[in-house]
Amino acid sequence: MATSGFIFLGVLVAIILFVVAMYNSLVRLRQQVKNAWSQIDVQLKRRYDLIPNLVEVVKDYMSYEQETLQKVIQARGEAMKATKVSDRAQKEGMLTEALKSLFALSENYPDLKANQNVMKLQEELTSTENKIAFSRQFYNDSVMELNTKCEMFPSNIIASTFGFKQEEFFSIPEVEREPVKVNLR
Amino acid sequence: MAAFGKERSAGASPAPAPPVERSSFYREKDKNIRNSYLILFIMAAILALLGAAIGGAYGAPDIGVGVAFTIALFLGWWSWARGASTIMWMSGATQVDHNKEPMLYNVVEEMKIASGLPMPEVYVMESAAPNAFATGRDPERSAVAVTRGLLNKLDRDELQGVIAHEMAHIGNYDIRYAMLAAVLAGAIAMISDAFLRGGGRRRGPRGGNPILLLLAILLAVLAPFSAYLLQMAVSRKRELLADATAVQFTRNPEGLASALAKIALDPEPLEGANRATQHMYIINPVKSFSMSSAAMFATHPPTAARINALRKMGAQV
Repeated sequence: MATSGFIFLGVLVAIILFVVAMYNSLVRLRQQVKNAWSQIDVQLKRRYDLIPNLVEVVKDYMSYEQETLQKVIQARGEAMKATKVSDRAQKEGMLTEALKSLFALSENYPDLKANQNVMKLQEELTSTENKIAFSRQFYNDSVMELNTKCEMFPSNIIASTFGFKQEEFFSIPEVEREPVKVNLR
Repeated sequence: MAAFGKERSAGASPAPAPPVERSSFYREKDKNIRNSYLILFIMAAILALLGAAIGGAYGAPDIGVGVAFTIALFLGWWSWARGASTIMWMSGATQVDHNKEPMLYNVVEEMKIASGLPMPEVYVMESAAPNAFATGRDPERSAVAVTRGLLNKLDRDELQGVIAHEMAHIGNYDIRYAMLAAVLAGAIAMISDAFLRGGGRRRGPRGGNPILLLLAILLAVLAPFSAYLLQMAVSRKRELLADATAVQFTRNPEGLASALAKIALDPEPLEGANRATQHMYIINPVKSFSMSSAAMFATHPPTAARINALRKMGAQV
């Protein structure tokens, strides 16, 4: 009698430990998704801050490209206003697109390429574009892991019991998959 | 260059890459922490044996063990507390920030974001030979170092690949394992060396047991060798794993592949590296070992094999 009691107790403790571990890993993941999202936010804000500087430096050289510059400024404004994840992703994609064409056009201006300030801004924008891409990648990987746990047995039971929800991917239009190549060499 | 050509076998179509799960990036982490304890234990045993034999040769085995352990404990504590900065100092690396090296610092930040790890300290070694390594006891107290040659000779994508590889070592706790291995192997080598030199000069200690003296000499010769083998064997596998993890960060196998080719083919010697730290670098800077040999002494797998493995990943993307 005593042995079966111990076995029962052992199994009970094992189950409790298992549930606790799974719950904790879900909490950790949810936190990671949150952090990843704020990291994207940090990088997008950084891009908003860099763009006015870039436009300021570039506009003297590229006076014939008013339209492109205008597009960049406009895209920045729209992206800053977006709030929903999917909407934001699309607007940010358009901003990336606009920046890409600006940099493509700048290839035609040798003076611009030699400017120290432009070169510095160039590196910062390249890096910020990369950081946006990598933080998005990290966010999406984290979301995928969380969503998998919310769906797969047995973690789905714990997830639904404690109200863990699946999160939305930060997806972008197919055309914009390639990271921006900023090349002023 | 033939060895580095894109060898994509026509017949074999590799399975598509499985969806990336974040936690799997660091699947080697727990194993490495366990291994760190194991290596600590084995090397402590070697140390005790060595101490006992040397002490015995002088007629006092217990003092020998005591001295050996004191040395090992001190070195272990030191590397735990100040390991990263000591290794950086030994390698002649200086710390840089965003102002001094904007591109390098940015690339490290990018890989920090891709890996989800804390930001490591960034160092530069003033050497023309392109190379890089990472060290530290855990991701919160880690550091990466690259040479000036690496910054000059690699483009941005290649640099990103190299930094990703180093971040993979940090996330996997390879850095802790490598540091402990280096320190303990160093301690064993130091004690053996001191005994062999000292013993030789005074024509052998007096009053000790002659059999123990013979044993001590034998151990002093074999111990550094076995510690070295232990250190090397583990680090070879780590390199391939770090390469694969790096690609999960950058999603760009070609960057790291062409960086490895450039580093391996560069003729410049690296001044700061030596036998104690060679296993930490992305490509073994002690050249005679690195390129073709897959022997048990090699700290790294042959570079051509690493590049081929990376290019196969590239074919899958």
